[in-house]
Amino acid sequence: MQTIIYILPELFLSLSIMTLLIVGVFVKNSFKIINSLTILCLIFAVALVLNQPQETTKIFNNSYLIDKFSMFMKILILVFTLFILTISRDYVKKNDIDKMEYPIIIISSTLGMLLMVSSYDLIVFYLGLELQSLCLYILASFKREDEKSTEAGLKYFVLSALASGLLLYGCSLIYGFTGSTNFEVISNNLDSSNKASIFGIVFIIVGLAFKISAVPFHMWTPDVYEGSPTSVTSFFALIPKIAALAVFIRFMYVPFINVIDQWQTIIIFLSIASMILGAVAAIGQNNIKRLMAYSSIGHMGYALAGLATGSNSGVQGTIIYLTIYLVMNLGAFGCIFMMKRENIYYENINDLSGLSKNHPMLALSFLIILFSLAGIPPLAGFFAKFYIFMAVIENKMYTLAIIGLVTTVISAFYYLRIIKIIYFDKPKKPFEETYDWGLKGPLILSSILTLMYFIYPSSLIDIISSILIY
Amino acid sequence: MNFPILSAIIFIPIIGAFFILITKGVQKNVEKNSKYVAIFSSLANFLLSLFLWYSFDTTTSGFQFIEEKKWIGGFVKFQLGVDGISILFILLTTFITPICIFSGIESIKFKIKEFLIAVLVMETLMLGVFCSLDLVIFYLFFEGGLIPMFLIIGIWGGAKRVYSAFKFFLFTLLGSVLMLIAIISIYWIAGTTDVIVLLKTTIPYDYQYFLWLAFFSSFAVKLPMWPVHTWLPDAHVEAPTAGSVILAAILLKMAGYGFIRFSLGLFPIASDYFTPLIFLMSLIAIIYTSLVALMQEDMKKLIAYSSVAHMGFVTLGIFSITKQGLEGSIIQMISHGLISAALFLCVGVLYDRINSRMISSYGGLVNIMPKYALVFMIFTLAALGLPGTSGFVGEFLVLVGTFQKSIFVAVIASLGIILAAAYMLWLYRRVIFGRLVSPEVKDMKDLNKTELYILFTLAFLTLFFGFYPEPLFVTIDVSVNNLIENYQANLDLYLTKKGN
Repeated sequence: MQTIIYILPELFLSLSIMTLLIVGVFVKNSFKIINSLTILCLIFAVALVLNQPQETTKIFNNSYLIDKFSMFMKILILVFTLFILTISRDYVKKNDIDKMEYPIIIISSTLGMLLMVSSYDLIVFYLGLELQSLCLYILASFKREDEKSTEAGLKYFVLSALASGLLLYGCSLIYGFTGSTNFEVISNNLDSSNKASIFGIVFIIVGLAFKISAVPFHMWTPDVYEGSPTSVTSFFALIPKIAALAVFIRFMYVPFINVIDQWQTIIIFLSIASMILGAVAAIGQNNIKRLMAYSSIGHMGYALAGLATGSNSGVQGTIIYLTIYLVMNLGAFGCIFMMKRENIYYENINDLSGLSKNHPMLALSFLIILFSLAGIPPLAGFFAKFYIFMAVIENKMYTLAIIGLVTTVISAFYYLRIIKIIYFDKPKKPFEETYDWGLKGPLILSSILTLMYFIYPSSLIDIISSILIY
Repeated sequence: MNFPILSAIIFIPIIGAFFILITKGVQKNVEKNSKYVAIFSSLANFLLSLFLWYSFDTTTSGFQFIEEKKWIGGFVKFQLGVDGISILFILLTTFITPICIFSGIESIKFKIKEFLIAVLVMETLMLGVFCSLDLVIFYLFFEGGLIPMFLIIGIWGGAKRVYSAFKFFLFTLLGSVLMLIAIISIYWIAGTTDVIVLLKTTIPYDYQYFLWLAFFSSFAVKLPMWPVHTWLPDAHVEAPTAGSVILAAILLKMAGYGFIRFSLGLFPIASDYFTPLIFLMSLIAIIYTSLVALMQEDMKKLIAYSSVAHMGFVTLGIFSITKQGLEGSIIQMISHGLISAALFLCVGVLYDRINSRMISSYGGLVNIMPKYALVFMIFTLAALGLPGTSGFVGEFLVLVGTFQKSIFVAVIASLGIILAAAYMLWLYRRVIFGRLVSPEVKDMKDLNKTELYILFTLAFLTLFFGFYPEPLFVTIDVSVNNLIENYQANLDLYLTKKGN
């Protein structure tokens, strides 16, 4: 009975998923009510996570861990899922995907991610991962009459299944050579002399790199981002990244920490490759969703750079980076959802032409978010990079730092290109004004946070510096 | 003194910008109110900075009006302060900004509200650069200036504005990111980014060279030095008049200030080591860009190239590391701030009338615009360094300083003055004298009141500091002496260590 308290949020979510399903069956045209209820459930789940005991606890035979890190990540997951649901509500309605299953699948996937984040055992981890992946396959192809959406779903399914397979193979190798699925036992039994288990580590890294779309396992990202409905794309760009990165951090710093000399080079490579590809490949893109896909690949590269240091400050840098990335991308997708005219949503960046004339405030928030994504001070995006490079240079990894900062300059080019279209080009027909506060609110919040972060940067640091991984 | 005067100076413009941002209502009223707010906040800021100068203690070399606040979790402090060197740049900034605003109100035809916001935000960021006493804060302000400037060039610029804005942004950003790496490295080497502490510590000699180069890459692009100066002519030509004025008068000075404060202050050994490189680059800049300036058809481009040449003198003076050289280059920066601003405004006056910057479109202006001809004459002579103008004081001292280091360099550099006379006088002859041909030009009106006031103020200051530069010297003297003493002490220490 004692352990129930620790998994209350997860239990609550599972129960509410079932209840919502039943409600959905009995009420007709139930999207609206289910959506609102889902949002309520998420708020309640956040409250439950916040209410959990603060000390680190392992339950279920040491296979499930509740610590500050997992709590922080859970809150991020729940809060941003909530925002995604509110900002995309209008889009979902207008695009005929307002089925009652839509929000339910989203929280099922969220549940899977909560399990992943807290997992302290290979099997629990894999269960959580599969739960979230299965929901994501469905989400990607949710607009089933649409060719591109179906293609995106299938593509994601095939590649993701392959990655899951590799991951599982890696897990079994690790189990075989260390004799346990528990992270702590693995950590004790692994050392550099255990050459064969390195294979297992590599396979696991490949699987995880696929989930956060790090180069060279990024191939699916642009297509899936472009093909899926935008509401799903925004979910893809934010939420699974949190869970996957959290697990990535957990894997590298708990079970594999003793063999850091083996995996460090791999992570550095992933990081550099992602930063470069994210910067270069986005230059030619005209579809804003595709562009966001490459941009997110690049950003994951920076996040991995913090991870690659193998130090506590590096992980904290990665967590800060992730948090700020989420805030910025929420704003960016908020802006994309604003690109609507007569019930049609536009995706080409040239449709933004002259936005500053017709919608000065929207253009201003887009401007702030784009400069922040480019990492120009004094906006939040700069601080995200700053913490990462603090950690990187502390560990004397100058090459990584220089490549990282040069790619910042290259990637600034394509963000500037959008700003150019918004501010320098001739205006086109105006978009519709939105009165939906579910969309406006998060967008305003995100721009203000991005702009004002520099006034009190300690706020985030103070929370995150209390998080210790090991 | 408890009143946070530096924070006030830094943040008044941005508060003004915020008020402009939230004004709503009828287009006409909004524009009128925005103008009043912008003029008021920038003038108030200028008065406040005059008060700062008045209460500044010129007898001590330490930083004054220091403000300190905890900022990023204990390792970066939000620290502000001024010494004799930075206070002049603060005055220059607060003086030039109202001028830009007046000129913008005259010549900007659309989105005037956004323009004023951009200029005021720019002012905040530039003042931040000169006030900050922490490397991270410095970087923040230094880089942040890219955003408003990018927009000013891109939105209100000329035909090729997009290309120029991108070039400006990416060039400067690429230079600066290396400085960020250096700043973070300094934190891990010295344990702090606090400039006051850093100026007293000696950074390990092996690191100094790399760190110096990283800072140099940023400042060289911003200054700009040959061969990374190519963004400047483009940016200047395409920017609106007010944008060119900010660029030439203040933005370039941030780099010169950076050289004095950080390159000399933090890395004396490396500065000494790299002096020949700087001399070479400065000489090429002076001679080469002067020759290029001779060939220009476009007035703004000509002045832009002349800026590069003048900044060549500044770097010569700084790295001569003599009292005369350093003081000369500071005076040169201030006077170039006034003169180049005035010259760009002069070109802007013509451009506003018939939308052409080409020299060949004009000629014989003296017949129809006598007042303009007079003002332009003053600034032409100031730009070529005629005694009696502030341009002379700076260049003369720089040459005196350089002479002590190397006669050869000083001789070559003084050729630059002759070339400057050639291109400036030739420009003047072609624009002001000659025959009045084009019918368009015949209808041009002479200076209106606003233009007259702006240009006469600038002319007055140029002449005033030409005849009586004493107030400037009094302000910088102690700080410069202190800088050179520290520098020399560090160098001697290094040489004795090496000798052993």
